[in-house]
Amino acid sequence: MLPYLALAAVLFSAGLFGVLTRRNTLGILMSLELMFNAANINFVTFNKFISPDNMIGQMFAIFVVVVAAAEAVVGMAIVLLIYRNWQGVNVDNMRIMKW
Amino acid sequence: MTEYSFLICLLPLFAFVMIVFFLRWKERVSAGFSIGMILISWVMSVVVLFETFGREIAYEAGYTFIDLPNFILEIGILIDPLTAVMLVVVTTVGACVEIYSVGYMDGDPLFSRFFAYLSLFLFSMLGLVLANNFFMIFIFWELVGLTSYLLIGFWFEKKSAADACKKAFLTTRIGDLGFLVGLFIIGVFIGTFNYQDVFQRVTEGVAAGWLAPGVVTTAAILVFCGAVGKSAQFPLHVWLPDAMEGPTPVSALIHAATMVAAGVYLVARSMHLFAASADASMVVAVIGIITSVLAATIAITQRDIKRILAYSTVSQLGYMIMALGLYGYDTALGHHSPGFYAGTFHLMNHAFFKGLLFLAAGSVIHAVHTNDIFEMGGLLGKMKKTGYAFLIASLSIAGIFPLSGFWSKDEIVASTHGHPVFMILTLLVAFMTAFYMWRLCFVTFFGKPRDQQRFDHAHESPNVMTYPLIFLAILSICAGWVGLPWLSHGFASFAYHGEAYHPHANWVLMGISTVVAVSGIVLAYLMYYKGSISPEKMAARFKTLHKLSYNKWYFDEIYDIILLKPIMALGRFMWTFDVKVIDGLVNGVAWFTILWADIKEWFDTWIIDGAVNGAGWVVCQGARIGRLLQTGSVQFYALFIMAVSVLFTVLKIDLVTGGSIFSGAAIWIIIGVAALSLLSRLVPKSDREVESEE
Repeated sequence: MLPYLALAAVLFSAGLFGVLTRRNTLGILMSLELMFNAANINFVTFNKFISPDNMIGQMFAIFVVVVAAAEAVVGMAIVLLIYRNWQGVNVDNMRIMKW
Repeated sequence: MTEYSFLICLLPLFAFVMIVFFLRWKERVSAGFSIGMILISWVMSVVVLFETFGREIAYEAGYTFIDLPNFILEIGILIDPLTAVMLVVVTTVGACVEIYSVGYMDGDPLFSRFFAYLSLFLFSMLGLVLANNFFMIFIFWELVGLTSYLLIGFWFEKKSAADACKKAFLTTRIGDLGFLVGLFIIGVFIGTFNYQDVFQRVTEGVAAGWLAPGVVTTAAILVFCGAVGKSAQFPLHVWLPDAMEGPTPVSALIHAATMVAAGVYLVARSMHLFAASADASMVVAVIGIITSVLAATIAITQRDIKRILAYSTVSQLGYMIMALGLYGYDTALGHHSPGFYAGTFHLMNHAFFKGLLFLAAGSVIHAVHTNDIFEMGGLLGKMKKTGYAFLIASLSIAGIFPLSGFWSKDEIVASTHGHPVFMILTLLVAFMTAFYMWRLCFVTFFGKPRDQQRFDHAHESPNVMTYPLIFLAILSICAGWVGLPWLSHGFASFAYHGEAYHPHANWVLMGISTVVAVSGIVLAYLMYYKGSISPEKMAARFKTLHKLSYNKWYFDEIYDIILLKPIMALGRFMWTFDVKVIDGLVNGVAWFTILWADIKEWFDTWIIDGAVNGAGWVVCQGARIGRLLQTGSVQFYALFIMAVSVLFTVLKIDLVTGGSIFSGAAIWIIIGVAALSLLSRLVPKSDREVESEE
C-alpha cells in the first residue's frame, strides 16, 4: 500500500508545486488536475486495502473525474474571460483584489 | 331707591372699566361718560339721602362672603344718615371736580386716563362709605390709597410728583398697619366685622364683663391709627402737603374733600368703640388738637398757594378729629356733647368750601402758571368768578356769619365745653385760620400785581371750570343752614350717635368766635393789604417762631434723621450682607460646581474617550498591519491556505495522536514543497522562462 500512497503524495506535491508556482493560468489548472488525480489514487488505494468488500472508493474516484471535468470547463471559461480582459493569462497581472 | 344704592359705587367702576377698555382713545367721550356716571350716582345719592330722612333704622343688605364656624365675613351695604350724607358729599364734589377737570386737564396727553383714575377713586371712596363691615372698609381703604397714589403721581415724569406719591403711599401705609392690627383684635376678641354687631357686642361685652376695657381701648386706638394716616394727622401729616404735586382737581377731590375725610368718617363710624373708652377718645382728641394747631402755625408762613390750603386741610381735619374725640370722651363719662354732630357737620361743610378753595386755586394757577402767592396779586379784577368764589370760601372757612363754616365751627368750639385748654387752642386755631386764609386772599386777589408779566397773562378760566366753582360757592354759603340751631329736625337730629343732640343757639359763643374770626381777618388786612404792620418786621421780631413755621417745624428733617437714615443704613447693611455673604455663598457653590465639572470633563476626555478612541486606534493599527496579507495574488492565498492547513495539521498531530512517522513524513514533504514554492516565487525568473510560459 505504501508505494501507492507514496505515488499519490508525489503526484499531489507536484500538483501543489505547480499550482503555487506557475504563472500561466492554464498551467495552474493542469496542476490542479494532478492534485485531483492524486486524491483519486488515494481513494482507490484505501478502498482496495482497507475495505475491499464495497466499491465506495472507486465510486468516489469516478465521481471526482466527472466533477473535475465540469470544473475544468468552468475553469477554462474563466481563463477565457481573463484573457479577454488582460490580453494574457499571467496570474501575476491579476492583482486587482489587492489592498 | 335705597335698595339699589350699591349701584352708586358701581357706576363709577363701570365708567372706569369702559374708559380703560373701550373709550380711552376718545378723550371727550371718556370724560363725558365718566361725568354722566357720577351724575347718575349723585342723583341716586340725593334720593337716598331724602329716603333716609324718613327711615327710623338703618338700611342694611348684603350676602355672606366667607362662612366659617363662629365667624362670618359678608359683603354688604349699610345706609344710615352718616352714610347718606357722605354719599352726597362725595358725589357732589366728585361731579364738580370731574366737570372742572375737563377744562383743567385740557390738552393733557393722558386725559382719558385721568378720568379713568378719578372714576376708580370715586368707586373706592363710595364703596368705603357704603361698606357695612370693617373688612370691606379696609379693602376700599386700601383702594383709595392706591388711587391716591396713582393720582398724586399722575405727572410721574416730574420727579417731585413721583417722590410725593411714594411718600404718600408709604406714610399712610404706616397708619394702615395699625388699622389692620386693630381689625385683627376686633376679629379675635369680638368675633365679627359687621359694624352693628361689633358695636352691639362691645356695649354688651363691656357691660357684662367678658370684654376687657383695655381691649376696646387698644382696638379703638389702632383703628384710629388708620385715620391718622389717611387724614394726615400728627405725626403722619407730612405726606399731605407733598401730595399737592398732583393735578389740582385731584388735590381738591382726594386731598381736601373726600379721601382725607375718610379718616374722620372712620372715627365717626366706629364711635361706639371710642365712646366705650375714654382713654382712646382722649388720645384722639389730643392728636386732633395738636395737628390742628401745628398745621395752622405752618400755614401762616407758607408761600405756595396749594401748600397753604393743604396745611389748612390738615388743620381742619384735626378740628373734626378733636371734636369726635371729645365727644367720645364726654360720652364715655356720661356727659352730653355736640362733638359728633359738630365733627360730621364740619366734615360736610369743609368738603364743600375746601373743594371750592382748591378748584379756585387751580383756576388761579391755570391762569398765572405759578404756585407762589407772592408772584400774584390784584387778580380779583381779572378773574371775577374765580376770585369771588374764593373769597366766599375763605369767609366760610374763617367762620363768618351766616356762611356754612360759621355754623359747624361754632359747634366744634361748643364741643370743647368743659375742656378749657382745648377751647383756648380751638379759638387760637380759628384765629390763625382766618388770618392765613385772608393773608392768602389779600396777597393773591388784592393790591398791586407783583409780577406784571404773569398778571398780563392772567385770564378767567373757561365756563366748564367756573360753573363748578359757582355751584360749590352756593353750597359753601347754604350747606351749613341744614344745621341751624333753630331747626327742630336739622343736621344734629339726623346724623347722630347714640341719642339725638339738640343744639341751642349759644349767643356768647357765637359772639366770641365771630370776634376771633374778624380779628384774624383784620390782622391779615392790616399786614398784607394796608401794610400798616410790616410782615417782614414781624418775621424778624419772632425770628425763631417764623423759622420754625416756615420750615414746617422741621418734621421732614427730623423724620429723615430718626427714621429714614437708620432705615437706609439698615438697608445698606442688608445689601452688603446680601452681596458679600449670600451672593458669596451662591457664587461659591457655582464656582465649586464649575470646578467639579472641569474635573469631570478632563476625566471624560482623557479616560473615557481615551479608552473608546484607544480601542478604535488599536483596531485601526491592527488592520493596517493585517491588510498587508491582502496581496491580491491568488497563489499567495493558496500558499497561505496551505501553510495554515499544514500548521493546523502539525499541531493536531502533536497534540492529539502523539505523532506518527508516516504522517510526519507526509507533512514534511508538503512543507518542503511549500517552502520550495515560496522560494521559487522570491527568486526572479529569467526572461526565457517567462517567455516560454506565456
